[in-house]
Amino acid sequence: MIEIDQLTKRFGETTAVDSVSMTVETGTITVIVGTSGSGKSTLMRMINRLEEPTSGQVRINGEATGTMTPHLLRRRIGYAIQGHGLFPHHTVARNIGAVPRLLGWPKAQIAERVDELLTLFSMAPDAFRDRYPGDLSGGQQQRVGVARALASRPDVMLMDEPFGALDPIIRHRAQEDLARIQRQLGSTIILVTHDMEEAIRLGDRVAVMDKGKLVQYARPSEIIANPASTFVREMLGDEDRPLRQLSLMHVSDLIEAGDADGVAIDADASLREALSACLWSGRDALPVAQGGRITLDAIRAQAEQPA
Amino acid sequence: MKSGLILRPFLVVLLLAMVLRPVWFTPLLAPLAPENGPVIYERASLWSLTISHLGLVLAASLSATVVAVGLAVFVTRPIGAAFLPLSRTVTNIGQTFPPVAVLALAVPALGFGAGPTLVALFLYGLLPIFDNAVTGLRTLPPVTMDAARGIGLSPSQRLRTVELPLALPVILTGVRLSVVIALGTATIGSTVAARTLGEVIIAGLLTNNTAFVVQGGVITGLLALLIHDGLVLLEKRLSA
Ligand SMILES: Nc1ncnc2c1ncn2[C@@H]1O[C@H](COP(=O)(O)OP(=O)(O)OP(=O)(O)O)[C@@H](O)[C@H]1O
Ligand SMILES: [Mg+2]
Repeated sequence: MIEIDQLTKRFGETTAVDSVSMTVETGTITVIVGTSGSGKSTLMRMINRLEEPTSGQVRINGEATGTMTPHLLRRRIGYAIQGHGLFPHHTVARNIGAVPRLLGWPKAQIAERVDELLTLFSMAPDAFRDRYPGDLSGGQQQRVGVARALASRPDVMLMDEPFGALDPIIRHRAQEDLARIQRQLGSTIILVTHDMEEAIRLGDRVAVMDKGKLVQYARPSEIIANPASTFVREMLGDEDRPLRQLSLMHVSDLIEAGDADGVAIDADASLREALSACLWSGRDALPVAQGGRITLDAIRAQAEQPA
Repeated sequence: MKSGLILRPFLVVLLLAMVLRPVWFTPLLAPLAPENGPVIYERASLWSLTISHLGLVLAASLSATVVAVGLAVFVTRPIGAAFLPLSRTVTNIGQTFPPVAVLALAVPALGFGAGPTLVALFLYGLLPIFDNAVTGLRTLPPVTMDAARGIGLSPSQRLRTVELPLALPVILTGVRLSVVIALGTATIGSTVAARTLGEVIIAGLLTNNTAFVVQGGVITGLLALLIHDGLVLLEKRLSA
């Protein structure tokens, strides 16, 4: 559990983070979302003490971070920096293996882990292992940066806009990979983004920041249903709200008995995907692969504005 | 680049020939020597003068590098930060002193011989290396430095594995400047009785023997050129 307690950071006149308090449960993904300059990075960087708070405290499992040796604290926390920050004079493999090496892992184990991570991020180990960051595309650099943060399988990971430079397809896959890894390892992830879509897709909890303040901290469904302010509503994009709501629910929630024609949809698909399939193929109902069907009317009812 | 491939080996051969087989150049240099005077410097072997010249430069530059980089590291750490402005001022003023003046000041303190020359070369050599090392260490990409902290490198690990390697090309530029200056300045060391190639040039000046001056001058010049060139190649390779 990470407890952020009245954390404030001032840079001269600007208050980058203004008395933020929130609790991040172990084994969950918390996404911090907000416009540029709202203090997301600064808040995150106070957790691993890259920035020292002006006031307030961070506790990890009850232990105040202020009393720990900064570099030892940071070794326990994976960190994917905004803009990757790879070491230009080290190969991809050496970059990814940096933290395991610090922790004294045996060489063979590090090499194995590096290849595993490269494969996970769809980069052929043989082709990429020995290259230098300067020879990679922006998206590849970013994936190596995220791989470096994951390398030692830390319990806590901080990721600052880890998918910003990825194209939509790879981005989507990287998000799914991250969610899967997180579920497998049960790690606690705090991720910064300015993309509400990403926040809703990935977050168990979403923290919305505006001008240094935490304006809402809640489950994605709650944020969509009850945005705490006009700012949060704007972040959500009013016209997209019904679709965002649907993207959080699954076909399995609405299966009813009966048949329907055409291509079947998986019970794990989101209602948004089901709606899309209905509209695209002009059908009023879809068969569900696992049995039963889902109707357009039922989906529509879920997208209505909550009372 | 292509001309360098041909020119470089040619200059190396020329240098070796001038140092090891000076008599080969008698026909070329004879017109420059006074009538009936010696054409080739023979009071000491050019080989041993070259070695002693290079030895002085090497000793001075090596120690200057160690001390200057050490000082640069110190003033770029939090504990030494207070000394940074002062040290930069001292360096900038120091670099306006001509090397001869440094040598002249060292003699009263240390007497004649290799000692004052070594000290003068060392002191003067400190400046460009320190200057470049400070610049190199202070202009590292901030994101990279942030990442180095972020992944949990201790301050000394950051220095060894990130800061120094990344600043190395810039530091080497300072070393190169310093070595080239030292190669030239060392010739003046002969005025205070250090054994360097300057001995040949000074003998030529004293006896109006242009052949000697050319001999000493060309060998020193070739040394400086080739060493400079070698260090440039090294820098290129390191920053590639
Ligand atoms: N080291 C610093 N010195 C001075 N001001 C800073 C520093 N770091 C951040 N700030 C200021 O603090 C505020 C919040 O910055 P921060 O980087 O946390 O924003 P962000 O939400 O991460 O923005 P972005 O989405 O653009 O990355 C900004 O006004 C920024 O200019
Ligand atoms: Mg940021």
